[in-house]
Amino acid sequence: MGLTVEKIGIDKANLEVFSETLQALAANDKDIVAVTSDSRGSGKLAPFGQKFPKQIVEIGIAEQNLVGVAAGLASAGKKAFAVSPACFLTARALEQIKNDVAYSDNPVKLVGISAGVSYGALGTTHHSLHDYAVLRAINNLIIVAPADNFETEQAIRKAAELKQPIYLRFGKKVMPLLTPEEESDFAFGKGRIIREGEDLVIIANGETVYPALQAAKKLESEFDITTTVISMHTIKPLDYDLLAYVALSGKAIITVEEHSVYGGLGEACASYLLQNRFHNPFKLMGIPDEYTVTGSQTEILSHYGISEKGIAEAALKLLERL
Amino acid sequence: MLWEINALLKLPFRGWGHNMTEKELAIKSIAYRKNILKYIYGAKAGHTGGSLSCIDILTVLYNHTMNVGPHNFKSPDRDRYIQSKGHCVEALFVVLADKGFFPESDLETLCKYKSHYIGHPTRKVHGIEQNTGALGHGLPISVGTAIAAKMDNKDFRVFTLLGDGELPEGSNWEAALTAAHYKLDNLCAIIDHNKLQISGTTAEVCNTDPIDGKFESFGWEVRHVNGHDFKALKETFQALPFATDKPSLVIAHTVKGKGISYMENVLKWHHGVPTPDQYANAMEELDGALADL
Repeated sequence: MGLTVEKIGIDKANLEVFSETLQALAANDKDIVAVTSDSRGSGKLAPFGQKFPKQIVEIGIAEQNLVGVAAGLASAGKKAFAVSPACFLTARALEQIKNDVAYSDNPVKLVGISAGVSYGALGTTHHSLHDYAVLRAINNLIIVAPADNFETEQAIRKAAELKQPIYLRFGKKVMPLLTPEEESDFAFGKGRIIREGEDLVIIANGETVYPALQAAKKLESEFDITTTVISMHTIKPLDYDLLAYVALSGKAIITVEEHSVYGGLGEACASYLLQNRFHNPFKLMGIPDEYTVTGSQTEILSHYGISEKGIAEAALKLLERL
Repeated sequence: MLWEINALLKLPFRGWGHNMTEKELAIKSIAYRKNILKYIYGAKAGHTGGSLSCIDILTVLYNHTMNVGPHNFKSPDRDRYIQSKGHCVEALFVVLADKGFFPESDLETLCKYKSHYIGHPTRKVHGIEQNTGALGHGLPISVGTAIAAKMDNKDFRVFTLLGDGELPEGSNWEAALTAAHYKLDNLCAIIDHNKLQISGTTAEVCNTDPIDGKFESFGWEVRHVNGHDFKALKETFQALPFATDKPSLVIAHTVKGKGISYMENVLKWHHGVPTPDQYANAMEELDGALADL
């Protein structure tokens, strides 16, 4: 657990890792099927389609049908990855996710691409700031947002063999590598400690883990505050053991997510902590309940404090150092 | 076993050794109608009219057409039946009980606390393929299942029963496109066309006519059938697929509440529950129909 990982290089976008991993799996398993909604380009699945034309089902732009068809494929034994931008997949096809996938227990692998505010200036129609909230309230669905290429590859490989429905959430941008090469321990429902410190805990997921890590470094170099940073890649089931472990000492806790402040990672953590008598100083960072500011992904996130500077400032306030 | 031999020879299976005469099917369907009423009456809940309109279709599918039963329900080669109009689950329950999927007495728990026999299909009940109830879901799932069969070169067929009132759901038309695009001649959708839905006639609520022309333009092969004529139903299902490389649609013209004269074509029996007197009258009428066969 005493792992301290520095940023050791920039790697690929999680989507590219998704595509490569799926191709590697499909080469040895004819039951791997990608189901797409005209999303081969945005999902980086064009090479998959060229190599495995019999293992891709193009639906066209029809997300309800995408998920329903994927459920039928899964019920007949196919390892169906239903790929669509997260904004459409988890809103337009929500009833299919609830009934055809989760309730019917068809082990579809729902892949929400370009999630959160990845589409930046394309605006609210293309943002998914609701997906954790709505999907958390649906029984029988694992929800995962990997933070780097390692977690992404592991999540894809494990999802392929999973007998339960799962939602995987990817952003668009190139990801830092947060994992040393020798590390191989990844399991759904088990958060990863990326960096360990004494004064503060930051729990993040997906693309917010990296700014959390940068903030932790800034806090250490400028204020001598050392921070534990956790990639809580699985939002459901949440890693309560890890939460209890880091909360036990009473350290201040910050949660960071590229999602509405309602119903996501932060509220899930807060609910557990309060109901289990942990009264640590607590700050929830996410996108507030308002018309989202316009701009690029980085600009939007920075506007709401999800940046090295913003998270560090929130930490100083929480620790009453500002 | 015929279907196993057929599977070995890669021949399409055409009937699970069901040699029932039309009269035998008619006798069965009256028994099913009596059970539908019995268990809805007992539960004081259920979709009476629609269950009575589709029961003859189910009678033929499960006793003549489909290769599925408790003996092969775990086999990946079984025919699939997915009931999109899930609210008429009582019709499906009585047929599954008769086929031996579970003891009929289980249905005494219909809609009771902690019973799996609820008002819509769930896979907690042996013999149910998919959890349905929200409308417009059966066809997309059936399309996915049929695509999987094609991928694996399997001969099983996928049957799905839709209500005419659920046709305005857009997901049906998305799936109709996909079914034709992938040339799913192993897929048969059946519309229980009783022409009534909860608020009125389908023509008044949202006119979907011509249903045949719409599906034909989407690339389906369509046939009409009297959904209460056992000979015609048998012949229609025997003729599947209606065209090579095309999905098949059966528009079954039915009567809501069929078999109980005071329920036939009367809107309130969509989910009406009979009073004790009405129940006694209905059973008497069905007994009379049985005696007349």
